[in-house]
Amino acid sequence: MIPGVLVLRAAGSNCDDETKFAFEQAGARADLVHVNRLLNGEVKLENYQILAIPGGFTYGDDISAGKVLANQLKYKLAEKLHQFYNDKKLIIGICNGFQVLVKAGLLPVVDFTAQQTVTLTINDSGKYEDRWVYLKVNDSPCVFTRNSKATLHYPVAHTEGKFVPQDDQTLQYLIDNKLVVFQYISPDGKKPAFPWNPNGSVHDIAGICDPSGRILGLMPHPERNIDPTHSPFWTRNGLAAEGDGLALFKNAVQYFK
Amino acid sequence: MITRIELAVKPAFPDFEGRKIKNGAHDLGVKTIDKVYSFPVTYLQGELSEANSIKIAGHLLADNVTQDYLINRKFERDTDAKQWSVEITFNRGVTDMVAETTLKGIADLGITGITEAKTAKRYIFIGSLTEEQKSLITEKLLMNKVIEHVLQPGEALFAPHGDDRFNLVHVPLRQANADELLKISRDRDLFLNLEEMKTIQKHFQDIGREPTDVELEMLAQTWSEHCSHKSLTGKIEWEGKVIDNLLKNTIFKVTSELNKPWCVSVFKDNAGIIRFDDEYNICFKVETHNHPSAMEPYGGANTGIGGVIRDPMGTGLGAKPVINTDVFCFGPVDIKYEDLPKGVLHPKRVMQGVVSGVRDYGNRMGIPTSNGSIFFDERYIGNPLVYCGNVGLIPVDKCEKTIVPGDAIIVIGGRTGRDGIHGATASSGELHTESEDTWSGAVQIGNPIVEKKLVDTLMQARDLSLYRAITDCGAGGLSSAIGELAETTGAEIELDKVPLKYHGLSYMEIWISEAQERMVIFVAQDKVEQTLKLFAAEDVEATIIGKTTNDKKIRLFYKGTMVGELDMHFLHKGLPKTIRKAKWEKPVIKEAEFPQPANLGDYVHKILAAPNVCSKEWVIKQYDHEVQGGSALKPLVGAAGDGPGDASITRPRMSSFKAVILANGLNPNYGLIDPYHMATSAIDEALRNVIAVGGSLEQTAILDNFCWGNTDKPDRMGGLVRAANACYDAAKVFETPFISGKDSLNNEYQTENGESIAIPPTLLISAISVMTDARKAVSMDLKEAGNLIYCVGLTKYEMGGSHYFNILGKSSATVPQVDLDGAKKIFTAMSAATDKGLVRACHDCSEGGIGIALAEMAFAGALGAEINLSQLPKEPTTLRDDFALFSESNSRFIVEVQPGKQQQFEKALAGCPFAHIGVVNKDTTLVIRGENGKTLVKEDIYKLKESWQKTLGW
Repeated sequence: MIPGVLVLRAAGSNCDDETKFAFEQAGARADLVHVNRLLNGEVKLENYQILAIPGGFTYGDDISAGKVLANQLKYKLAEKLHQFYNDKKLIIGICNGFQVLVKAGLLPVVDFTAQQTVTLTINDSGKYEDRWVYLKVNDSPCVFTRNSKATLHYPVAHTEGKFVPQDDQTLQYLIDNKLVVFQYISPDGKKPAFPWNPNGSVHDIAGICDPSGRILGLMPHPERNIDPTHSPFWTRNGLAAEGDGLALFKNAVQYFK
Repeated sequence: MITRIELAVKPAFPDFEGRKIKNGAHDLGVKTIDKVYSFPVTYLQGELSEANSIKIAGHLLADNVTQDYLINRKFERDTDAKQWSVEITFNRGVTDMVAETTLKGIADLGITGITEAKTAKRYIFIGSLTEEQKSLITEKLLMNKVIEHVLQPGEALFAPHGDDRFNLVHVPLRQANADELLKISRDRDLFLNLEEMKTIQKHFQDIGREPTDVELEMLAQTWSEHCSHKSLTGKIEWEGKVIDNLLKNTIFKVTSELNKPWCVSVFKDNAGIIRFDDEYNICFKVETHNHPSAMEPYGGANTGIGGVIRDPMGTGLGAKPVINTDVFCFGPVDIKYEDLPKGVLHPKRVMQGVVSGVRDYGNRMGIPTSNGSIFFDERYIGNPLVYCGNVGLIPVDKCEKTIVPGDAIIVIGGRTGRDGIHGATASSGELHTESEDTWSGAVQIGNPIVEKKLVDTLMQARDLSLYRAITDCGAGGLSSAIGELAETTGAEIELDKVPLKYHGLSYMEIWISEAQERMVIFVAQDKVEQTLKLFAAEDVEATIIGKTTNDKKIRLFYKGTMVGELDMHFLHKGLPKTIRKAKWEKPVIKEAEFPQPANLGDYVHKILAAPNVCSKEWVIKQYDHEVQGGSALKPLVGAAGDGPGDASITRPRMSSFKAVILANGLNPNYGLIDPYHMATSAIDEALRNVIAVGGSLEQTAILDNFCWGNTDKPDRMGGLVRAANACYDAAKVFETPFISGKDSLNNEYQTENGESIAIPPTLLISAISVMTDARKAVSMDLKEAGNLIYCVGLTKYEMGGSHYFNILGKSSATVPQVDLDGAKKIFTAMSAATDKGLVRACHDCSEGGIGIALAEMAFAGALGAEINLSQLPKEPTTLRDDFALFSESNSRFIVEVQPGKQQQFEKALAGCPFAHIGVVNKDTTLVIRGENGKTLVKEDIYKLKESWQKTLGW
């Protein structure tokens, strides 16, 4: 089947159009849906196969990044999200969407009642960083990275992207269960220092999935590298057939075939 | 009941705010601070149970991994140490967007009973501080008194704003003599001159009554320099003749003479519109927000970009904002505090505030900031310049408004408060040492999320054709917006219907408030219900405040009483044309003579490190330039993505490779020698940047933004006349029409002893060009060893205003000029060459000349190069090596060409001055040889890059 993607908007979402476009390029159909329409029942989550929470500054990130939208999911949509997850559907959160997923209780495991165990906090540089980074794709249950290239080139653009687990056990849990999907690496494949780890993330973590592999959250933006002219190096290296990010969206579509 | 919640970073995590304050104090010379702790504070007004306050603190405000919280208690730190605690909060009426979001978050938790919220920041300083140091830190670092204050013990945080008492005020004007008229203008901050006051007096004598305060305010605002541009559209005495409307005789005239079919709407709407493709047009506007940024850099710049984004949103029936651009002029960031004039913020603080303000608004709006520039000069210390621009994408059938009587007038977006009262008139006067106090009401703080919600909903309303006209509330607020939009029909407004942030505003304040994020739409009565419903669905306020009429009068009501009635014709056409004098004298500048210095490599390093040349990466990387998915050539390019690109290329539609090139030209150094040549140079620079990245002059339009001193002074006006004439001459030859522009005059700063310091004459030229295929773009970084290096264009002895002479402390009157016909020929040939794929890299030769352009290309490409200047096309042919290397002659490019394409490239350039001057090497050395083969420069490219990056590598 051709999966339907619900790209969730709220006040301050701003990568919704490009996320929709990326899914469409990958063969899905996608709708932009304001969270108010989910809350008032006008739009039904169950009619979709993929939930995508795009980048942006929902509600201004005024309290902390993604917090207010996360609370809307956690306190008002938990039941529907649980059902969606139990129906073996897919959820992806990119940048602000990743911040929302960890703060809502959808990552690293789906639990709307427990205390948050990981967070995304202010970059070590103390400021917003728009940079291209290299990502190592680890062996993981993640649906979105099946048969992925070993190394990917995506941009990051955030102020609060430093991944921090609350303690060593939490980190060990992520590692042991192969939930660390993406890690920042330097161009020569070594352990990255700034700017290759652009935010100081613990264990260089750029993205994680839940144990089922059906929920993915990542700080870098795959939807900003789908066309050949997206790469910062295309005027040097020539035009590729497609950007590194498109495969991730194609995998999501492929999952429903 | 007030609940206070204080947050603290857990000890394992860095306290960025505290660190920033500690470093800032160190910069101020306070070196006795061991540590600074910062604590975000939230005050909540209303009934709140303990359980609910814990829920708010723990589940909304604090991140339990990184933060702790205390309710109605304060954190203690290093209790044995000497310390000082201080808490800063916003002044009453200043936008506190975190507080607004907090209220929303509390409602989402299902908690009711909270009526108001307010945020504050508390700091603990560890170390011993004198009272003097405490007040220095408070005033220079922790707060800006224009918007914030130190929280006092027992201060009433949520005191009422006053009630909506109504008191209709008439101003006795009809019997007033000249002195009294001027006194009224001064006392009410109307900024109207005697002739204008007399015109208003006569009008009210004729209709037989006194004006009300709101009528006078509306006239003052509509007639302000900011809104009417009366200096440039008035009469000017120049060289024995009278120019009636300078703009009409230069800028507008050239556009009308060029008569390009792709110009859709010029100089009449909020932004100029040109054709993009069959379905969409693009529009572009650049504005300034100088005076607000001088007073409150963050808020001024924040609302500067927020305001200019609303220009495309208010153009035609609304464009989607797709690209931001910004250009700043600051004082030197390394100036000592003691050398600053009184009442002036330090340029570093201004710059950091301005950059953060633009960053936070642009990034939150989800608009890429892809192009910009920063210029430093001492004369901007008291009066920085903040240019903000926005490009919008608009469907071809949504470019015209229709104004008819009987439509509902609906205000959408933000609420109206006391912020920004008198902005339009204040910006039309000079700044002085007390400006911070006098104009505090004119400063605004933006809330980008309100504007983001607004644009998201507005685009849906536009596509459903729900409204017939739209404009933004900018300078002059509702008064200006409705006054202009309803000029041909008239309107009736019920001011008490306008949604307010708080009580206590008078009808006059409601009408002229410049509160941000507001727009006005005119809606047919049968579509009102659907319109209101659509906006409500996305939490955007939309309120009917009146209707259009058919008698060409604007009538204002407050709770049923008419408080103002003005004839639209008098409002818009009644302004008397004042005659201003203009004269210009060539400055006497001595031509420096000196022997050629020994090691020119040192000068390459020095110029690369000069603030006006050095890397602006610290700024650029804080801006999101990738959002919306259209970035095709980024502001920083090259092997490590850190070389200085000439122009940005953006695809506004993801489904197409058709693109928009944005570039700018600005060189105030030249303006001090001759504004005419500054203007042609700025146009040449903007256009050659377009050409350098693979664009062409076809379908390229330009924008003018004049920032000048007080043009009531004839010498300032004289320079402006010369610059405007140059704009005509250059645009005519290049066939690049002006499609929009703006001027900001009175950029002067009065010091304590009454001296008036004017900014250098500053003209920003912004170019926008439609590129058929972004895949033909060329970047400036060297690509492959073995490729050939060319210099295109003629190098002349033009050292006036050059970086080389500035660094040497030498003067020259030989400002770079533009051979317009020659330049056009070069640009056209270069476009043809890049279009055919003959150019591997191209960099425009500008500040610092050939030497700097080559160095930048080499380190951006991580490749060496060897150059010989002996073959360089130059004038005179005996031009000294150092002048050849550093002259800033216009219309030149350094080009990299693959050996296999040499013949074709040279054929494409036939008839233009050009020469093969060198080769790309795989080592990392830049070697430049002079006339007799002598080595002038031999430098490691990474060392050069280090010099270029360290100056602003904050």
